[in-house]
Amino acid sequence: MIEVRQLKKSFGSQSILDGVDLRIESGESAVIIGRSGGGKSVLLKHLIGLLQPDTGEVLVDGENITRMTERQLLRVRRKFGMVFQGAALFDSMTVAENVAFGLRRHEHLTEVEIAKRVAAVLDVVDLPGTENKKPAELSGGMRKRVGLARAIIYEPQIVLYDEPTTGLDPIVSDSIDQLIIRVRDHLKVTSIVVTHDMRSAQRVGNHVFLLHEKRIYASGPPAEFFASTDAIVRQFVDGVADAKTDAKTIEF
Amino acid sequence: MNCRRIFEADFSQPKARQSQQSGAGNAGSNLLVFRAMNFLESTWVGSWLNGLGRIAVLARDAIASCFTFKASRRDLLYQIYFIGIKSQAVVLVTGAFTGMVLTAQTYFQFHKVKMDTATLAVVGVSMCDELGPVLTALMVAGRVGAAIAAEIGTMRVTEQIDALRTLATHPIDYLVVPRLLASIIALPLLTMEAIVLGIISGYVIGTQLLGIDPTYLYYDMMQYMNDADVVFGLVKSFVYGGIVALIGCYKGLTCGMGAEGVGRATTEAVVYSSITILITNFFLTLFLQRLYVLMQ
Repeated sequence: MIEVRQLKKSFGSQSILDGVDLRIESGESAVIIGRSGGGKSVLLKHLIGLLQPDTGEVLVDGENITRMTERQLLRVRRKFGMVFQGAALFDSMTVAENVAFGLRRHEHLTEVEIAKRVAAVLDVVDLPGTENKKPAELSGGMRKRVGLARAIIYEPQIVLYDEPTTGLDPIVSDSIDQLIIRVRDHLKVTSIVVTHDMRSAQRVGNHVFLLHEKRIYASGPPAEFFASTDAIVRQFVDGVADAKTDAKTIEF
Repeated sequence: MNCRRIFEADFSQPKARQSQQSGAGNAGSNLLVFRAMNFLESTWVGSWLNGLGRIAVLARDAIASCFTFKASRRDLLYQIYFIGIKSQAVVLVTGAFTGMVLTAQTYFQFHKVKMDTATLAVVGVSMCDELGPVLTALMVAGRVGAAIAAEIGTMRVTEQIDALRTLATHPIDYLVVPRLLASIIALPLLTMEAIVLGIISGYVIGTQLLGIDPTYLYYDMMQYMNDADVVFGLVKSFVYGGIVALIGCYKGLTCGMGAEGVGRATTEAVVYSSITILITNFFLTLFLQRLYVLMQ
């Protein structure tokens, strides 16, 4: 269970999050949607302790992680796997070394066992036989899938996805969505997906949060959320630009 | 002090936090101190002190981590190979040509007062105490310090450091410690190599080109040099090894976003470590000399 209480964060004079409250139950598949640059990724990074809030609390299974040191956090982070927007693969290593990284560091397994687990997890993400390739040789979608394989190989309880389908064509996006659902159902993990892809949000989430104006503006099950008549939710779901803002900026 | 903020994307202290801290001081004097500190932080003195504090925290954490033996042996060996073996050409050329030019210059001056055979004594002492450790460290700072800053900086910009952290790996254990250990192991060895080569090349130039008597040249050098000169050189190179690795890692870990950030981090790593080496050299020389006198 992850709980965020009154979280505030600013970079310099720019306030990014201002009083975010959030509660995600174990086994839930939460989707956080919001505008680009609205602080979704910043919020996600707070959940795993990559960023420290200015005020407020983040509780993971009842444990407050906000004031923990980097070393204390290592123990908590073993519960998490995270898939980054740009995959963030270690470019000096092969795919197999990337995927096996978490296993090598924390579990005492033989090379044969590691190779077996790597092959199995690469099979799950539909990339069998790519062990010896370097990240530079892979396409964007493949890299994201390797990133996912690296995040799930040690069977974490919570998987965080930072814009998993951004910048991918609809077919690859769909395959990533299928993977997220497969991982959720097979490993029984709590998934938290940050996205601004409405199709993806509808497909993978069973709880949707809308981050708007530095706070959680609305939340609820997808069926209710996407049927909402609230102007701001509708504007976001239907993808309508703010008419007033456009009138101000466009001059001929 | 918590080192977590070293790895964060933005290093400016958030305003909300400052105002909260300011409000926390209930006494008027506390408020004044907080305001003064906030003002100081916005000046270059403040940011300079802030950086110094962060390096100190990084050094403390890295040294503490060295004793937990969490660094992998494979990474350490690779770094020793990268810092030690790959720096051979640079260090050999530096040592040899410094020794040769120093011999020539010293001979030109000493020849006027008929002290030709004392040439190698001067070369030996200078190479061991100053030129060997300082020039080797400066060359390694240019090559290795820049490479460390660029590599770690790129990892930071492409979120690889965040990825490391999500994989429950401390960036200090995985990135800083192998580089720090490799640097303080490799640099003394490289320095010894430069010193030996400098003296040998000086000896060859002195005897073959300048025509100094080989026996007296060698005898005088042994007369005026002692073990302490060699120890001084080794102690210095050990310290410089730490400086090059720590500043390189710090600049990489705190580098700004984008290609410009990596470029700046690389340049600053070389400039700051070179300047730190030169300034430290002066104080270290005085300190070691005083220590030597006290131990006599």
